[in-house]
Amino acid sequence: MSFPAILILEDGSIIEGVGFGAMELSVGEIVFNTSMSGYQEIITDPSYAKQIIAFTHPHIGNTGINDEDNESDSIFASGIVIKDLPNHFSNWRATQSLDSFLISKRTIGISNIDTRALTSKLRDHGSLKACIAPRDQGSLSSAKEALSQFGGLEGLDLAKEVSTKHSFSWDEGAWPNYQDVKNEKLIVAIDFGVKKNILRLLRKHVGKVQVVNAQISFEDLMELQPDGVFLSNGPGDPEPCNYAIELIQQLLNINMPIFGICLGHQLLALSGGCTTYKMKFGHHGANHPVQDLASKVVYITSQNHGFAVELSSLPKNIEPTHISLFDQSLQGIAFKDKPAFSFQGHPEASPGPHELEELFIKFDLMLENNAKKN
Amino acid sequence: MPKRTDIKSVLIIGAGPIIIGQACEFDYSGAQACKALKAEGLRVILVNSNPATIMTDPLLADATYIEPIHWKSIEKIIDKERPDALLPTMGGQTGLNTALTLAKEGILKKYNVELIGASREAIDKAEDRELFDQTMKGIGIETPRSGIAHSMEEALIVQEDLGFPCIIRPSFTLGGSGGGVAYNIQEFKEICKKGLDLSPTTELLIDESLLGWKEYELEVVRDKNDNCIIICSIENLDPMGVHTGDSITVAPAQTLTDKEYQILRDQSFKILREIGVETGGSNVQFGINPENGRVVVIEMNPRVSRSSALASKATGFPIAKVAALLSIGFTLDELQNDITNGLTPASFEPSIDYIVTKIPKFAFEKFPQANDRLTTQMKSVGEVMGIGRTFQESLQKALQSLEEDLHGFESILDNSSDQKETLRYQLTFPGSRRILYVAEAIRLGWDVDQINQLTGIDFWFLHQIIDLIDEENTLQDTKLQNIDFDKMLNLKQKGFADHRIAKLTRSTSQDVRNLRKKLGVIPAFKRVDTCAAEFATETAYMYSAYEGECESRPTSNKKVIVLGSGPNRIGQGIEFDYCCVHASFALQEEGYESIMINCNPETVSTDYDTSNRLYFEPITEEKVLDIIDLEKPEGVIIQFGGQTPLKLSEVLLSNNVTILGTDVDAIDRSEDRERFQSFANQLNLKQPPNSTVKNLQEAIKASEEIGFPIVVRPSYVLGGRAMELVHTQVELEKYLKEAVEVSDQKPILLDGYLTDAIEVDVDVISDGSDIQIGGILQHIEQAGIHSGDSACSLPPYSLTKKVIKEIENQAKKIAEELNVIGLMNIQFAVQDENVFIIEVNPRASRTVPFISKCLGESLVKSATKTMVGKTLKDIGFSNDLPKDYFFVKEAVLPFDKFPSVDPILGPEMKSTGEVMGIGSSFGEAYAKAQRAANKIFPDSGLAFISVKKSDRKYLSNLIPLLLEQGFSLIATKGTANTIKELGYDVEIINKVSEGRPHIVDELLNNRVNLLINTTEGRQSIEDSASIRRTALQNKLFCVTTVFGAFALLEAMSTNSDNWIYNSLQEIN
Repeated sequence: MSFPAILILEDGSIIEGVGFGAMELSVGEIVFNTSMSGYQEIITDPSYAKQIIAFTHPHIGNTGINDEDNESDSIFASGIVIKDLPNHFSNWRATQSLDSFLISKRTIGISNIDTRALTSKLRDHGSLKACIAPRDQGSLSSAKEALSQFGGLEGLDLAKEVSTKHSFSWDEGAWPNYQDVKNEKLIVAIDFGVKKNILRLLRKHVGKVQVVNAQISFEDLMELQPDGVFLSNGPGDPEPCNYAIELIQQLLNINMPIFGICLGHQLLALSGGCTTYKMKFGHHGANHPVQDLASKVVYITSQNHGFAVELSSLPKNIEPTHISLFDQSLQGIAFKDKPAFSFQGHPEASPGPHELEELFIKFDLMLENNAKKN
Repeated sequence: MPKRTDIKSVLIIGAGPIIIGQACEFDYSGAQACKALKAEGLRVILVNSNPATIMTDPLLADATYIEPIHWKSIEKIIDKERPDALLPTMGGQTGLNTALTLAKEGILKKYNVELIGASREAIDKAEDRELFDQTMKGIGIETPRSGIAHSMEEALIVQEDLGFPCIIRPSFTLGGSGGGVAYNIQEFKEICKKGLDLSPTTELLIDESLLGWKEYELEVVRDKNDNCIIICSIENLDPMGVHTGDSITVAPAQTLTDKEYQILRDQSFKILREIGVETGGSNVQFGINPENGRVVVIEMNPRVSRSSALASKATGFPIAKVAALLSIGFTLDELQNDITNGLTPASFEPSIDYIVTKIPKFAFEKFPQANDRLTTQMKSVGEVMGIGRTFQESLQKALQSLEEDLHGFESILDNSSDQKETLRYQLTFPGSRRILYVAEAIRLGWDVDQINQLTGIDFWFLHQIIDLIDEENTLQDTKLQNIDFDKMLNLKQKGFADHRIAKLTRSTSQDVRNLRKKLGVIPAFKRVDTCAAEFATETAYMYSAYEGECESRPTSNKKVIVLGSGPNRIGQGIEFDYCCVHASFALQEEGYESIMINCNPETVSTDYDTSNRLYFEPITEEKVLDIIDLEKPEGVIIQFGGQTPLKLSEVLLSNNVTILGTDVDAIDRSEDRERFQSFANQLNLKQPPNSTVKNLQEAIKASEEIGFPIVVRPSYVLGGRAMELVHTQVELEKYLKEAVEVSDQKPILLDGYLTDAIEVDVDVISDGSDIQIGGILQHIEQAGIHSGDSACSLPPYSLTKKVIKEIENQAKKIAEELNVIGLMNIQFAVQDENVFIIEVNPRASRTVPFISKCLGESLVKSATKTMVGKTLKDIGFSNDLPKDYFFVKEAVLPFDKFPSVDPILGPEMKSTGEVMGIGSSFGEAYAKAQRAANKIFPDSGLAFISVKKSDRKYLSNLIPLLLEQGFSLIATKGTANTIKELGYDVEIINKVSEGRPHIVDELLNNRVNLLINTTEGRQSIEDSASIRRTALQNKLFCVTTVFGAFALLEAMSTNSDNWIYNSLQEIN
């Protein structure tokens, strides 16, 4: 069901469009995503908490929503902005429309927006705070009010909000061969907003997976007797996550093998003494070239981050392993003296290219080497 | 790792003449490759037989050979030039096949030439069906269930296993030539027989039918460090069963989830690695079962292709340029993405924020006997691309670009026929206009499930079209004045043309335009930037959209718009793109900003760095005026794009747009028969007796005055559309009743046919006062054969000095009278030293690139400069031909694609392309042109002769030449009698109508090596068609004009070992 809606931006622009999904006002930081496929994975990615996603690809919703491709059980994004919502979806796996999915997850969307103009604006001005609201009497003022109350993402610890409350084990391997899993080792995955496909690939390439809350204590974690620890992706600013940084430092001290992705990468870097910063408009897409500094091979990667680790802040014991060829920003690090490495982009893809799935295998090898040493 | 230092010179093989399945996309890719490699300091040696290409411009390579793409010719060039490497991946299937032959013949080894871009093994693995199948199995990738057959017996065994329907594809043929879908055993046997004949390796791949499956193509680039990227995914709207070249295709893919898309992406990389494409571009085709997602790989091409040209235009990523640089050792991360001004590297995957739709263009009207259903063998002759912010907008723009009087989903069902039956047939067995029939079915309220079932077109696309038809239905009940801003904006966003809105609201397109402007609904122009606006771009590659921000940012420079030539078709092809590109270059040289408008993705003119600014738009009144409104150019050039821009001349004038060059009225004076006649009389020029008639009675009366034979044609056509030679009143009546529509508005032209006349093409260039001859081309086939289909020679090989002088004088007089500024083409006929004027076209003709190549000087550039005020003297124009050379142009015909068509030449143009032969004598040049056209002639054996009565007088000259060359003779009775009377021995054979054994039997028995068969009159032509068809199918050399036979004998008398091979740089 469509309804009149407005998108208002921090810079004062008010753009009229056609609302879909839930008729609920929503605020967040608006970012653009250039991926041409995988909207289902993107909108269910917890890393988008408190963000509004503007898709640059004009048709979003073509293949509907299926039961297999969600990256979490909810939509954490505050809303989505698109050019066109097709009148029909078509795919042999689809079970419902994007519209009905958004309704069921109480998320608002707005279509008929010149997303290209919006993208140019975000590119030039940087990310903006934004609000989507159904257009009715008084909606403009309430939207403005909501926008003024929203403080943005900087300094915001969203990881603990989206993290799982209860520890659970993850059993499923990767699509479409869910049964294809390894069982020898145990990984504790600290959930800062983890995507399911990370868990699936850990299961496929490494071993059993126990997912735990972001604020787990060192002792509780060690009680699980993990062979390695995985630091997940997640939303928001890494800096306020002191609890996580302290925990990681303790794990580093005992030479626990660690692999971090996205927010997990930033947290690992902070634990090693690096600094992070908020990027102008971040990286959100599935076409980002990242170079492996050792092999010079270029990987096309899936990216979704608004904060990054300062390359110049790396201490001597941490080496940069990957950089972005779009803006030369740091994309991966490895400790020289510890079994720990991390990657800024999304090797689990979903959506996006699969090339860096090899990082999961690298983690597995690291665990094996570590086991031999001990 | 930067470029290799061990490669100093590289040989590039072009694709040769334009044929169905291989068009000007290879000029685009080859030109990019030449430019890129030359810029890297390599010595670039180019071989391409096609003179109408940009890539054969002498500045693009260091040594340009317009020579046959045949291994024997290329060996000579290799011997002379000694290149370090050969890049075979830029010249389509021709380039690849020729490179393979050079390898197999040991030439590459002998001269130590390295294949770069694709190795011999890689080419073999990708092209040999059996090997490909095995290779795929080896890496766990599914291919369609299939079998290989090398004989009919083997084929039948495979068929039994696969069932019906099944798909048959011969190995190593162009555009899937000779393949097809068989539904029954008879069809199966027919297709297999043809396929076995056509395949150079006598090999067939027979596949399980994937009819109705979804079809996708991925464009992949890989470098030597194993960096792999996808440039673009393309989804076929027409599912499997229709050749991808004949399908409507959409980019990027629209109906796959990321999970499904990534499977294709992963498999593509795996395939490239396994096949061994180490440096360069490839495309991989997939079929997907819409029921369950089962993926099979159909084929891969280890080279740049038509779809890579499309992908380049669709994304802005220059695949051919990058592939060329990778082949000499660069890696993707070392190359910059030009379109973002080097801000980003080439090692990324383009993201696009618009939809691109390609629609192929067909020419079935030229071949009424051809089977016009679309199958796995490609039949289209050109294509257009529409860019829009939505699929609907891009689809409707593409329809408007076709120049078939489609402004959208026009109604095409006529009321009288059985609509249900027609629709069922058209939906099930796709023809060139299936998409319009889909719309008709929707209009008639057919169930979408049924349409999907019959067509296999995905529901997503069908529902998009349903929405458009719904809009149309509403619009029909709306008055134009009741359309408000929101409604108008909505319609335009869905891609409705002003013209279509006008038709549906029963108003005029001018009304719609006025209202639209009043409401403030004007297009914005968005940029194609490879990155969905993530990075800023200065590259002015633009398309229109009805949406907020306009990114065009017009400059205040002095500027000129060049209107392009739209889709390739027979009669208007690459020659006109060549002209437009040169016009753009010349404008830039003169300090103008050049702005190109075109919609053909295969061309050099739509490359983003050809002009200063490029608008990728339909060349229609609406779109062109919108751009003019925005850009406010000093003028518009319409002389170079063939008929396409000319059609807009009146509209442009009435909108006060300045048209540069010759006054538009000159076009009317030369095309309007009466005005033409009056100025011909005024200048004392001879015309063949002629008349313009508006009905049958007038025609019969006129024919009595003129006398048969008569050339008849509709006025205002290009390429001799519907032109015929009639010999009797009965034929004339039949023509007027069946072939064309005749009315007061659509008069028919009758011209007395000048028997045995020599036709001459003259291109004239003028700055308004100084008039120069560009070149005089003597046709080899006599008048009556369309000038585009006849071979011709520069300089004339048998005209007397006196006649040439007379032609020059007349041409100059005409140019003066019409006050030509720029180019003009005139056709003369010479009969017994008398010069007749046949036709005048005050614009660039298709011979212009050919003459430019001969002169070593671009006629178009000079012409363009005269249009912006330069004199020929300023430019330093010279029309001196290089001494001691003959240049022959030969036409290339598509008959092998239409086996049921009579391969006879006539007044209607049928050729798709041309080649050039260069020699030190006419015979040598003609011989090379034949080899370049892949017409391999015998030099002795048995010659079959059957000539029309009026040609018998030539036999006294012809027969001794044939005997001297070493032929013995066989002839039909009439001809044989004449030969005997002349005192020569000849075997007599029955005509087909005279009982068996007849000539076709002898052809099938492989007894005959050469055919000389001239004929006239509808009946005789029909009677003898089977002779020519059989000759074509059995690859026998068949000459259908007596002048052609003389030329051939001159060619035979040269020794191919002594042919000269000089580059254009050496010649000029």
